[in-house]
Amino acid sequence: MSILQILENEQKRNVVAFRPGDTVRVHVRIVEGDKTRTQLYEGVVIGRRGDGNRESFTVRKICAGNIGVERVFPVQSPNIEKVEVVTRGKVRRARLNYLRDLRGKSARLKTRDDRKSSKKNTPKPAQV
Amino acid sequence: MKERKLGLIGKKIGMTRIFKDDGTAIGVTVIEVGPCLVLGKRTDDIHGYNALILGFGPKPVRKVNKPEAGTLKAVGGAENARRFVQELRVTADTLARFDVGQEIKLADLDLNEGAYVDVTGESKGKGFQGVMKRHNFGGFRATHGTHEVFRHGGSIGCRKWPGRVFKGRKMAGQMGSERVTTQNIRIVQVRSDDNVILLCGSVPGCKTGMITVRPALKHNQ
Repeated sequence: MSILQILENEQKRNVVAFRPGDTVRVHVRIVEGDKTRTQLYEGVVIGRRGDGNRESFTVRKICAGNIGVERVFPVQSPNIEKVEVVTRGKVRRARLNYLRDLRGKSARLKTRDDRKSSKKNTPKPAQV
Repeated sequence: MKERKLGLIGKKIGMTRIFKDDGTAIGVTVIEVGPCLVLGKRTDDIHGYNALILGFGPKPVRKVNKPEAGTLKAVGGAENARRFVQELRVTADTLARFDVGQEIKLADLDLNEGAYVDVTGESKGKGFQGVMKRHNFGGFRATHGTHEVFRHGGSIGCRKWPGRVFKGRKMAGQMGSERVTTQNIRIVQVRSDDNVILLCGSVPGCKTGMITVRPALKHNQ
């Protein structure tokens, strides 16, 4: 293993798996003076880019007043305390930039059904 | 080249980024530094200056020609040939500390986190480039009658007097693939076990290119 990979693995943190189209809640650590608090930011992941510890993802949400806000987070940043997946979205592309042009009802995404994969993981009940 | 504290030669591995605890990310260049074999010495008495000849990286015996093998007698012949060889000017004291055939490791240098180094390498070749890319000329505007000269450099001199173009005139030509030194690069991390240091930001040259790392000449450490 090359030293570059060793370095990146050392920094690796446990981040939950999420994909473009998923709605996530990002717990962001905010330092104000000498106080630290956690801020929540919830929205749709519209893309991930980069790899290793250079990977980042973009979360888009509609704020009050119908204003779209996008924030880019580094996946491996220590300032990201946690990423929760709220819903899984069913999308057909890796970058959801088209969502920027959509408003309201048309900007909704279908939810992805993960039952298939979860069934594979849970053992079948024994038949009597 | 001025005499200074001992540096080492090595190889650029690539770039990545590391996070500090407060969340700030630093782009770092990973450099494999040493161990370097002392292939020979240059002494003031004989050569008129003090320097260590350092070698880094293995070199297959089939690539060592006879003249090179001859220079390697003192260190055990062609099996100990090194891919990169470089003379580094050092003080007489430093010269006395090391013997021919000895390996100098990263740990033998007092390079610590937060110290500053000068890094020398051969920059990536850019080929034959125009004046805009090579010398940051402005070019011409795109409209108002500009014709055929959008990326030209303009006039290169006067008229009857001096009747020639001054030396050093900036023109198009070969760019890159030259020896470049970047001064005062901060060391982010020293990993003596892996023979690796992490430097803040970029360094000249391509991955796997030879790099010379020396303690900073001008930084007030």
